[in-house]
Amino acid sequence: MTWTRKHLLGLEGIGYDEVVTILDTTSRFREILDRSVKKVPTLRGITVVNLFFEASTRTRMSFELAEKRLSADVLNFSASSSSLKKGETLRDTARNIEAMKVDIVVMRHPSPGAPHFLTDHIDGSIINAGDGPHEHPTQALLDLFTMREHVADLRGKRVTIVGDILHSRVARSDIWGLKALGADVTLCGPNTFMPAEVEQLGVTVSHDIRDATVEADIVNILRIQRERQSGGFLPSLREYSALFGINAARLREMKPDVLIMHPGPINRGVEIAPDVADGDRSVILEQVTNGVAVRMAILYLLSMVRASKQVEEPDILAEVGA
Amino acid sequence: MSKILLRGMRLIDPATATDERIDLLIADGVVASRGVGIAVDEETRIVEIPEGVVAPGLVDMHVHLREPGGEQEETVESGTRAAVHGGITTLAAMPNTEPTIDTPAWVEYVRSRGKLTNVHPIAAITVGREGKTLAPLAELAEAGAVAFSDDGRSVADANVMRRALQYATMIGRVIIAHCEDQALVGSGTVNEGLASTRSGLSPIPAVAEETIVARDILLAKSAGARLHIAHVSTRGSVELVRRAKADGITVTCETCPHYFCLTDDDVRSYDTSTRVNPPLRSADDVEAIREGLRDGTIDAVASDHAPHSLEEKQVEFDAAPPGMVGMETLLPLTITHMVDTGILSLGKAIALMTIEPARALGIAAGTLETGAAADVVVFDPDGKVEVTADWFRSLSKNSPFIGSTLSGRVLMTIHNGEVVFEEDLGTAHGSSENHGKRAAESNELVVGV
Repeated sequence: MTWTRKHLLGLEGIGYDEVVTILDTTSRFREILDRSVKKVPTLRGITVVNLFFEASTRTRMSFELAEKRLSADVLNFSASSSSLKKGETLRDTARNIEAMKVDIVVMRHPSPGAPHFLTDHIDGSIINAGDGPHEHPTQALLDLFTMREHVADLRGKRVTIVGDILHSRVARSDIWGLKALGADVTLCGPNTFMPAEVEQLGVTVSHDIRDATVEADIVNILRIQRERQSGGFLPSLREYSALFGINAARLREMKPDVLIMHPGPINRGVEIAPDVADGDRSVILEQVTNGVAVRMAILYLLSMVRASKQVEEPDILAEVGA
Repeated sequence: MSKILLRGMRLIDPATATDERIDLLIADGVVASRGVGIAVDEETRIVEIPEGVVAPGLVDMHVHLREPGGEQEETVESGTRAAVHGGITTLAAMPNTEPTIDTPAWVEYVRSRGKLTNVHPIAAITVGREGKTLAPLAELAEAGAVAFSDDGRSVADANVMRRALQYATMIGRVIIAHCEDQALVGSGTVNEGLASTRSGLSPIPAVAEETIVARDILLAKSAGARLHIAHVSTRGSVELVRRAKADGITVTCETCPHYFCLTDDDVRSYDTSTRVNPPLRSADDVEAIREGLRDGTIDAVASDHAPHSLEEKQVEFDAAPPGMVGMETLLPLTITHMVDTGILSLGKAIALMTIEPARALGIAAGTLETGAAADVVVFDPDGKVEVTADWFRSLSKNSPFIGSTLSGRVLMTIHNGEVVFEEDLGTAHGSSENHGKRAAESNELVVGV
């Protein structure tokens, strides 16, 4: 097994072997989800806190489900119910969590680098569940897992990511993960949504949706936030939809076996037409199911690293004869 | 008043084109004489450090002392203590305090609290630095304001900036422009480029600085005013200033050490000590800054010393206030990155931190000509400085250079003829120093007096 990391902060710099280890481990957990009893004792005695400083429904639910199916003890902490609004700093929150002896922290935070900051203040393992526009590694891993279920070998396969790349943590993590597996990545969207010098990451940039998708094996469509219109990035969502939206007519011009993906939640009729989202090329709901399995795999791998480091500790319960 | 003879050391005084081993006698707070083999009486303290270089006390034209209002971060007293530790004897203090330095009383308050160095308050251009109403520039100048700046932000309204330039011309003071278009900066925290793309940190494009540099140069030209551009950080800004100077426009500019020794790649650690405005730029910009210093486009190296407490900086990157402390690392960073790399001569580097900023501000400082105030730094250009948090005398320790080893160690700082900082020579160096009389009688070394 090729996994020695204590934390999962991002996919930048991740190796081929590491990605394959995660995806192979995910396959084993994916099987569990099809059983009648979907719970295993893998993380019994392990405490996981879900630390969400930003509104999230599906990612938080997916992590919570993964943790519960692994029999972990789960704590939820979200900004609205926390002391953060009372002026407590992230550092103090971290120190309090540290004092509670939590093993694994899953964090969503609007500031890039916030989980990296946490690693300096917490002994536990940290899983980045999205840090601003920086990275969202478990989303990218579930994307890769879903792609690999349909396309066994991603080497040389054409993957096009469409939408607001600039503000997308999913796009950044997808790029690193796809590059690690040898895929050819094209980014498509208006210039105002392209991060500076993004070509230097080894991707192709296109502003023509037809050019970018006709030869693609996989098209991953990103959600367009409605506030981008007021932010001046777009003249209107209508114009975006006309230029870059994926509808049935555009789908017909693509390869017949193209995979249509979306990290959700979708804006029907903006970046994706309803009949495409619900159509037979769409794997959007498979992504959601696989998300739980990927998160189970990550929790498992990080807990194994922790366990291997704690193997020298004496068994306290044994000593007191419990 | 004490007399000091700096004997036989290399004296670098760019203002008088001096770079030779001669004596310098300080008496009555001024440079009394310079020459070879100056005779002294027994009351005179003799300082003779073989590796020491004698230069004018440094002039740091861009400092945030935080007083009034931010005394937990820095005060005039702590800031000047840090200054002399860095060899600085004259500094210009920015007005973005709480309250803003926009009244004669506050100018007088800050100026009068400077004891260890000259403290020249820079007053605000507009009331409250709000960019709307001109501050009482003539009264502020009368009270001792050396220049005017709304540093921390640009004067967004071009018409207000034009009026300020026109008005300052009458007073004979320079306007110092902080050049950043706030609309282009937006919520940005780091330079736009590969580093912002990889880190996900919000980008600030170089053009946010350059549009205002271009605007303010044109406004200064139209007003016939003297303009100084603070903390130039991009290739485009250097080129704009170069062209303006060639066109005969009266513009000067400064840069800061972090713009020639760090790049935007350094922010990818998410270390909040690397967050600064303008942001750390690309390697290509760093190259242009170095060239601008070499060819004289950039007139001065200033620290933009911006103290922040640990509490303020130990937060998420985008929640941290911009700025880093810099007075104490000004000389060693410039020597390490500009002189030791062969880009600047030591004399040119000294000029950029002494006579050139003094000229930009229009003040009498930065020279060791006979009769000048005895503001002197003695430093060892090869002496190593291990930068640690404890090494700083500033109240704040927000430096990205903690952990690095630099060349250029300040050994002694003299202000108005009095020793205001002295390295503990007994532990640091094999340097010798002696009082004339006792050494003459007993040949005994008196170290670390």
